[in-house]
Amino acid sequence: MGDVAAARAAVADTFRAEWATVVAYLIRVVGDWDLAEECAQDAFTKAWERWPADGVPTSPTAWLKTTARNRAYDRLRRASVGQTKLKELTVTTPPPEIQEPDQSGVGDDRLRLMFTCCHPALPVEAQVALTLRTLAGLTTAEIARAFLVSEETMAKRLVRAKHKIQDAAIPYRVPPAHQLLERLTGVLAVIYGLFNEGYGASGGADLIRRSLCDEAIRLGRLLVELMPDEPEARGLLSVMLLHNARRAARLDSDGDLVTLEDQDRRLWDRTAIDEGCAVLDQAIRLRLPGPYQLLAAIAACHATAPSSEETDWIEISALYGRLEEINPSPVVALNRAVAVAMADGPSVGLSLIDEIERSGALRGYYLLPATRADLLRRLGRGSAARAAYQEALGLAPTDAERRYLTRRLTDVSEDP
Amino acid sequence: MRYVLLVCDDESVELSQEEVARLYAEYTACEDEMRSRGVLVGRERLRPTSASTSVRVRAGQLVIADGPFAETKEQIAGYFVVDCADLDEAIEMARLIPAAEHGTIEVRPVWEM
Repeated sequence: MGDVAAARAAVADTFRAEWATVVAYLIRVVGDWDLAEECAQDAFTKAWERWPADGVPTSPTAWLKTTARNRAYDRLRRASVGQTKLKELTVTTPPPEIQEPDQSGVGDDRLRLMFTCCHPALPVEAQVALTLRTLAGLTTAEIARAFLVSEETMAKRLVRAKHKIQDAAIPYRVPPAHQLLERLTGVLAVIYGLFNEGYGASGGADLIRRSLCDEAIRLGRLLVELMPDEPEARGLLSVMLLHNARRAARLDSDGDLVTLEDQDRRLWDRTAIDEGCAVLDQAIRLRLPGPYQLLAAIAACHATAPSSEETDWIEISALYGRLEEINPSPVVALNRAVAVAMADGPSVGLSLIDEIERSGALRGYYLLPATRADLLRRLGRGSAARAAYQEALGLAPTDAERRYLTRRLTDVSEDP
Repeated sequence: MRYVLLVCDDESVELSQEEVARLYAEYTACEDEMRSRGVLVGRERLRPTSASTSVRVRAGQLVIADGPFAETKEQIAGYFVVDCADLDEAIEMARLIPAAEHGTIEVRPVWEM
């Protein structure tokens, strides 16, 4: 019986590690996403039945690929003998052995799958869903729960995306060198978006959403493995590891947000911080700076500060300055204002906030008045601070954020 | 695979003589590039929507109206038909079209019958 349990465990492990490999291979060979997914599923089911009796094959992945491919050919043959589908298949799909190598020289099927799932011609929410389904192996129901939509809505979203890939002929390949950088930005954004979706989730009921952080990190690791010379892939993995290391300290026992300043640093995961810093060092050694490396460097400053007071705000505000140069955005400008306020004093920060307000870019974004309120409070301008907290309260999107602001508001008294 | 690249632009923008001449040269260059890549199947420039007529048949009755089907900021100013390997190549062709700089190029795959 121990053998049965061991074999089943092997199936489960292989599923986690190799689902994407099997699906990605099948999509390339049969060109049909639905068929590929179904046959990959069938192959894992067969492994579940057979491995306990026959033993775990020497190469589980090869076994699964062959089983799934045979199943796909079998189904195509049966479903469409003499029909167009099989004809199309034989005409358009050369045997895998003689596939043309990629123009960019990168040959892994999973990387092709990643770039196709994150193709900019697909709506962003579909890119995310497709990535979770085909690369991470989550079920449609799990993805639906993670994004707080019905299973039916999510199923439709996935079907529509797969149809578009087929109907508009979105290529299944790693983009050639002249498109690679542009497209990689999209892939990184999907993975980081996934991470933030999970990171923003709060409370115990949000377990599925929080598991998105782990999935994003897994995908980040995969991307680093597949593109080892790409510093931004390492930058992305690093920033996710460093943020995730603070996860346990981010919420108090009521599920409320604890600011970085007030977090219990003993709860931070030191192993994850060390890994995040090591991955960042590897990225920097490739000597091609980019936004994710800068975000990781900022996160590393926070994560390695012995205490809130000893945070290197001068370094952090310089890093935000560089980030703003290569990636100008009002949110980055706001974060820089916060860092500058810590490094050079609240009144300098306040003048940067004024600039952002004048530009009108973040109108309606609660963190803008909340930051202003904070700086005013530190300058001892109680009445103005209270007014700004009130404004932020009216804009805050969640209860946790409103509770935080209300606490702050009660701490500040009117000017005498 | 064939795609229609719909060129959508704001036709109310008045162009000077020089601008028209430059645009003409740009479109010629764009077409030459598509031809040299062997993807150009056809293309037409359309007259402005002021010359457009909408035709409907409702309950057997012919309804004719002046103007385009829908009032939008951007109107279809022309189209290219290209035969490309995949969507990425079609997108590369679309970005060559001068109107992409201010208007929008809609890339629609042709439903092959």
